[in-house]
Amino acid sequence: MKDTVYLFAYGLLFGLGLIVAGMSNPAKVLAFLDVTGDWDPSLALVMASALLVLGGARYLMHRNNDEADREQQPLLASQVGVDVRLIGGAAIFGIGWGLSGFCPGPALLGLGAGVLDNYVFVAAMFAGFALFRLLHQR
Amino acid sequence: MTDISVLPSLTGGALIGLSAALLLFTHKHTAGISGIAAGLLSPWQAGGGWRWWFLGGLVVSGPLYRLSGTDIPMQLHTSTAVLAVAGLLVGYGTRLGGGCTSGHGVCGIARLSLRSIIATLTFMLTASITVYIVRHAL
Repeated sequence: MKDTVYLFAYGLLFGLGLIVAGMSNPAKVLAFLDVTGDWDPSLALVMASALLVLGGARYLMHRNNDEADREQQPLLASQVGVDVRLIGGAAIFGIGWGLSGFCPGPALLGLGAGVLDNYVFVAAMFAGFALFRLLHQR
Repeated sequence: MTDISVLPSLTGGALIGLSAALLLFTHKHTAGISGIAAGLLSPWQAGGGWRWWFLGGLVVSGPLYRLSGTDIPMQLHTSTAVLAVAGLLVGYGTRLGGGCTSGHGVCGIARLSLRSIIATLTFMLTASITVYIVRHAL
C-alpha cells in the first residue's frame, strides 16, 4: 500500500515536471522541432536539466553503494547493440512525434484534460504497441 | 509560436530527473513512459501493477495542477486523422526502437548509453525533418 502511494507520487512528480516545463503543450514541442522556423530551444534545457539531476543522483548512489550493488547496477551502460531496429524504430517514432508534437509522456498526461483528439492519439499509440507485438513477438 | 522559457524549463526538467531517480532507486524501474505504458498490454503478467500507479499519477497531475487555479496551455492543432497516424507511428516506433524521449532521451543518456544517444539523435532528426516538411515545404 505504501509502495503504491510512492509510485503514484513519482508519476505525479513526472507530470508536474512536464507541466512546469511547458512540455505538456504540443505547440511548444513543435516549436523546438521547428529548427528553421521560429525556434524555441526550451526542450533542450528541459532535457539537460533532467539529465543533470538523474546523472548526478546515479553517480552519488553508485559511489555510496557496496561492491555487489555496483556490479548489479553499473553506472554506465554497456556500449553495444546499435542495430537497424533501434535506428528504424527511433526514426519512425520521430516522424510521429514531428507530425503531432506528442511523445508518450505528454500524450498520457493530456488525458486528464479531456480533449477528444488527445484520446484518439493515445488509442492509436496503444494500437501501435499492439501492432509491434503482433509483428515482432509471439 | 512559443518563446524560450529558461527557469521553467530547468525546474521542470529537474522534477522529471528527480522522478526518474526516485523510481530507479526505490523500485529499480526505468522511467521510460512508452515502455511502462506498453507493459499495460500484458495484464496477465505478475508484478505489473506499479505501471498503473505511476501512470495514474502522471494522468492526474494535470487536473490536480489546475486546482491551483493555473491553466495548462494545450495547443493541439493537428487534424484528427493525422493524429491517429502519428499515434500509431509513435506507438510502433517506440517499441521497435526500445524507448522514447524519456526512456532513451533522459534515462538512457544519463547512463551514457550509445544506443540511447543514437536513438535520440535519430528521432530528433526525423522529427525536425517532419516538422520542416509539414510547415515549410508543403
